[in-house]
Amino acid sequence: MPDARILAFDSDPQRRGSAPLGSQTTKRQAQAADEHEESLDREGVLQALEQAGDFLRRRLTGEYEVDEFGFDPELLDRVLMAPMRPLYRNWFRVEAVGLENVPDTGAALVVANHSGTIPLDAIMTQLALLDDHPAHRHLRMLGADLVFRMPVVSEIARKAGHTLACTPDAERLLSDGELVGVWPEGFKGIGKPYSERYKLQRFGRGGFVAAAVRTGTPIIPTAIIGAEESYPKIGNVPILARVLGLPYFPVTPTFPWLGPLGFVPLPSKWTIAFDEPIPTADLGAGAADDPMLILEMTDRVRETIQQTLYRLLVDRPSVFG
Amino acid sequence: MGRTVLVTGAARHLGGRMARVLSSETTFDRVIGVDVVPPRQDLGGAEFIRADIRNPVIAKIINAADVDTVVHMGVIATPMQAGGRATMKDINVIGTMQLLAACQKSTSVRRLIVKSTASVYGSGPRDPAMFTEDTAPQHPPTSGWAKDSVEVEGYVRGFARRCPDVAVSILRFANIIGPDIDTPMTSYFSLPVIPTVLGYDARLQFVHEDDQLEITRIVAIADDPVTGVYNIAGPGVLSLSQAVRRLGRPSVALPRTLLGAAGRSLGSTGLADFSTEQVRFLTYGRAIDTSRVEQELGFAASWTTADAFADFARGHNVTPLIAPEVLVEAQQRLSAALGGAGRVIPSGLRVASHA
Repeated sequence: MPDARILAFDSDPQRRGSAPLGSQTTKRQAQAADEHEESLDREGVLQALEQAGDFLRRRLTGEYEVDEFGFDPELLDRVLMAPMRPLYRNWFRVEAVGLENVPDTGAALVVANHSGTIPLDAIMTQLALLDDHPAHRHLRMLGADLVFRMPVVSEIARKAGHTLACTPDAERLLSDGELVGVWPEGFKGIGKPYSERYKLQRFGRGGFVAAAVRTGTPIIPTAIIGAEESYPKIGNVPILARVLGLPYFPVTPTFPWLGPLGFVPLPSKWTIAFDEPIPTADLGAGAADDPMLILEMTDRVRETIQQTLYRLLVDRPSVFG
Repeated sequence: MGRTVLVTGAARHLGGRMARVLSSETTFDRVIGVDVVPPRQDLGGAEFIRADIRNPVIAKIINAADVDTVVHMGVIATPMQAGGRATMKDINVIGTMQLLAACQKSTSVRRLIVKSTASVYGSGPRDPAMFTEDTAPQHPPTSGWAKDSVEVEGYVRGFARRCPDVAVSILRFANIIGPDIDTPMTSYFSLPVIPTVLGYDARLQFVHEDDQLEITRIVAIADDPVTGVYNIAGPGVLSLSQAVRRLGRPSVALPRTLLGAAGRSLGSTGLADFSTEQVRFLTYGRAIDTSRVEQELGFAASWTTADAFADFARGHNVTPLIAPEVLVEAQQRLSAALGGAGRVIPSGLRVASHA
């Protein structure tokens, strides 16, 4: 046990350096403070262990709640997001800007660009809103039906709070006051070649705008940079994609050449920028059934994201920042 | 003048309970239960007539008794109960056709209440999270009870069009569960080891058998005749893995194709039903929106999905492999050990460092 104490003492070079060497009393005080802090640490660890025991028991006996979408907030927070947090903080060093544009309560629709071969950008956005937003909001994403057809992926997606991108689900979530995320470019965006990076693809049929207008929900255009460079897709093997039933089979500078190492994303520096909300509540009741208005609104959201992307790219010192 | 109600499927558990419940209502002078086999339980004040709804004799009964309300609970869920899939389909589809034909001929029938199932929505990856009564199924069922129910509903809708003066209500129930009822779902959860689908975790909803009877009673005795389709389920959702954990039973995750094959061989032994539809349901799950029945009929299920499931486990004596109390105790012991450590060890250390 004393070993552990010495280790803790030595492993903090900053504090050791800051302690004035001359005075014996301050040294003793510092040591006392260290001991105090250490016992607090120990208390924290014990508390965490105790909580883990409680968590484990409740998971084993099924004593937790899932909502009608299959969302399991506790599992998301404590298990699913755990491996993503180091990726968010230390690997991509994600900078979330404009979080004040996301309301603390009530519905809003986050619309963002999609890139990076695998949907890490969506997970990072979810994590930005969960960890860095003052209200720790859960982002409920709308995913392609492929997500819900695939084993394992579908199970995790439902537990993480996501659901199928369809009008009834979008409207249900928004009218429940949830924060909903959509990536309207879909596979066209996430699977585009590296040469087309940061060029927004077509925005589908604008179903997400209609859902927002019908429920009077503000739309938050969101631009993500950095994701394009994390898995630069330089090629595609259509035959393998067809065999595996996937929309594409990516080839990156490291995948599949380096085997499992190819799954490690490049450590690009990310920025997620939430723009000012576009209000839809004042458009009136019939607005959702006016295709012209919906298409114009879709274009406006798309343009806003594209402009923000260009602005952020100009300001970016380097890809790996 | 009092009314007369006819309950089909009265020999089986729910039909029998329904007849008994309705016979204690003052609204009805007569309650007539019909089925092909004699009832196993006491029908209370209800009369029982042994008749096959697949036979035109049902029309004679309706006419002779001046039946004004028909509660159709005669749709059978498993081949096991009917003695083969062919007979089951016969009873379900032909029986319903005969019953509807008899209702159409009769001058007395004013209400028809059909017990249907949420499985008519099917289940699959392209479904919305919750079905409302108006959601068009993306993956319509292709076999078994679910397909029979789709066909039954089709005939009932046709009947409603032809006879606009009869109030027709279709009640779509989530999986009915309870302490006494036996269904494919209860036998599934009573297996010693519960097979699940690898990589999927279905969302399940249950409705307690008492709630099933209550809403049917409300619709049967309502002053204003009720027409339309209503979803009924207990509030809340359980995921399949969560349900298994609540039972405390071991489970084994099998690839979907294997589960189907294993199910077919198990199916012949009668242990559990692993039809294509059931496996699809255990893969993708399903949840239904009950706001229409809440708003229009003011009905709120008194058992939540989780409570109904717990009541099933209690009634069927599904004993957990490891009792939850053991785990609680283990947790308490852990906390005690940690709590004790948290206070004792640092002070002990301080003593040691002084010495």
